Amino acid sequence: MNNIRKNRLKDQAFKVWGIACTLLGLVLLLIFLGNIFTDGIQRINWSFLMNLPSRSPEKAGIYTALMGSLWVLSLTTIFALPVGIAAAIYLEEYAKKNKLSSILEVNISNLAGVPSIIYGLLGLEVFVRIMEMGASVMAGSLTLGLLILPIVIVSTREAIKAVPKSIRDASYAMGASKWQTVYLQVLPASFGGILTGVILALSRAVGETAPLIVIGALAYVPFAPLSPMDQFSVLPIQIFNWITRPQPGFVENAAAAIIILLLITFIMNGIAVYFRNRWQKKLK
Amino acid sequence: MGKEKNENVIESSLKRKYKLQAKDVNVFYGDFQAIKEISMDIKANSVTAFIGPSGCGKSTFLRLFNRMNDYVDDFRMEGKIFIDNQNINKKKVNVEQLRKQVGMVFQKPNPFPKSIFENVAYGLKIQGIKDKTFLKERVESTLKQVALWDEVKDNLNKSALALSGGQQQRLCIARTLAVEPSVILMDEPTSALDPLSTAKIEELIHELKHKYTIVIVTHNMQQAGRISDYTAFFYLGEIIEFDKTNKIFTNPEKKQTENYITGRFG
Ligand SMILES: Nc1ncnc2c1ncn2[C@@H]1O[C@H](COP(=O)(O)OP(=O)(O)OP(=O)(O)O)[C@@H](O)[C@H]1O
Ligand SMILES: [Mg+2]
Repeated sequence: MNNIRKNRLKDQAFKVWGIACTLLGLVLLLIFLGNIFTDGIQRINWSFLMNLPSRSPEKAGIYTALMGSLWVLSLTTIFALPVGIAAAIYLEEYAKKNKLSSILEVNISNLAGVPSIIYGLLGLEVFVRIMEMGASVMAGSLTLGLLILPIVIVSTREAIKAVPKSIRDASYAMGASKWQTVYLQVLPASFGGILTGVILALSRAVGETAPLIVIGALAYVPFAPLSPMDQFSVLPIQIFNWITRPQPGFVENAAAAIIILLLITFIMNGIAVYFRNRWQKKLK
Repeated sequence: MGKEKNENVIESSLKRKYKLQAKDVNVFYGDFQAIKEISMDIKANSVTAFIGPSGCGKSTFLRLFNRMNDYVDDFRMEGKIFIDNQNINKKKVNVEQLRKQVGMVFQKPNPFPKSIFENVAYGLKIQGIKDKTFLKERVESTLKQVALWDEVKDNLNKSALALSGGQQQRLCIARTLAVEPSVILMDEPTSALDPLSTAKIEELIHELKHKYTIVIVTHNMQQAGRISDYTAFFYLGEIIEFDKTNKIFTNPEKKQTENYITGRFG
């Protein structure tokens, strides 16, 4: 009798502790968001989105940075997606399980944890200097592409692994080749999971600052990029630049730009969640 | 050279009437020997049941005939498997082609997470057949063959996963039949099904044997007795006895066989 009571007490205590922990994170986030919103929301309007950067805070807008971010996001997707998914398919479906493949596996997981500034240095050396791309959208996108490649590979592999072996067996037993099985069964069945991973990786890329500063992306660019070889800025760099200015007007601008950046990542995460749910329903 | 050829001719004339043959087959998973020196001849248009306690190598042996063990790590095989007198382990044998000829039905119904139509048409589509009317006709005729047509004809575009377990298993059989194999391997096809669905599938097997050679693994002695012409009793990787089902169940040669089918061990 006594024991049961004790257990129930422990149960209650843990529940309270768990709620407190959950709330801690949530409350901090809410306070932060509340602050940003009260600072920045009145600054968001059409001209803020469409104006070029300026020395006076009321005239300054995020047009160049927003366009830069969208350019970088698109090119990064184009670079990282096919390579990452192909590598994951190879590792999951084709590679023989031996020493070499397990070394590869560990290394890719490790690469996912390398600090992003290191990727910046790599990009600076290889893309900016050796390949002479300069501080262009191209160089930035390739750098971010490398940065998220391991994340794309790891999450794609997880999604592919989640496809039941019985589906593969059925396909092979019907006389399908390896490629047919991958293309017609494994990829469609893991599509939602792959997409989720890819979007999470991309929303990480859109928030990256350090590697782009290292390769020489500018805080002040008078024009939005028109081609992959143009110079560029991105939202996080613009935000960082504004926050370091003394005038209070720029703090407002920074808060407004943060809202836009958060909006972009929330939308991307929303898409990821939507597809994950649809995918889970389909597999059942 | 000449002598070898001569031997081959004699060998193949002896084999002619057999659809499937195993000759001195050993199978290893790493150091573990799962199949020990098994030789077996299976006649065309017959139903052969594999029985025996769990882990005795029935599935392993069955999967030799469509080379589904090829993907298993540390799988190694000695000996020969013949289908229509062709050694299927030769390098030049196209495994995909082989599997179109030797279909397989698994223990757990495993339809693709696609529509009913797509499931049945899959084998044809991967062969590059795109003709819509042909596909439609074949899907209809095979679904009729497994007596599923009336139940699903209005829902061909519905997900196959929405079907009941028994319907799913009949769909998997239809999927296999759609490419017109000559051999069907079944690994405990009814063990996940209710008695009514089981009865339907047994009835189906009975009809199919006129056109196909069927090998079925089962843990259900009554089922083996009901549907098979021949029965092989496996024990610890060996075949203890292989004979007409009638003989095995009424008058087995070996004491071990009798003990197993009467339920005294295993
Ligand atoms: N992939 C594998 N790797 C290593 N050993 C295996 C593998 N597959 C099967 N075995 C072993 O080979 C033996 C035969 O297995 P098999 O699956 O053929 O038995 P079974 O007769 O079909 O059993 P059940 O009636 O339970 O299905 C077992 O001892 C099993 O542990
Ligand atoms: Mg088995």
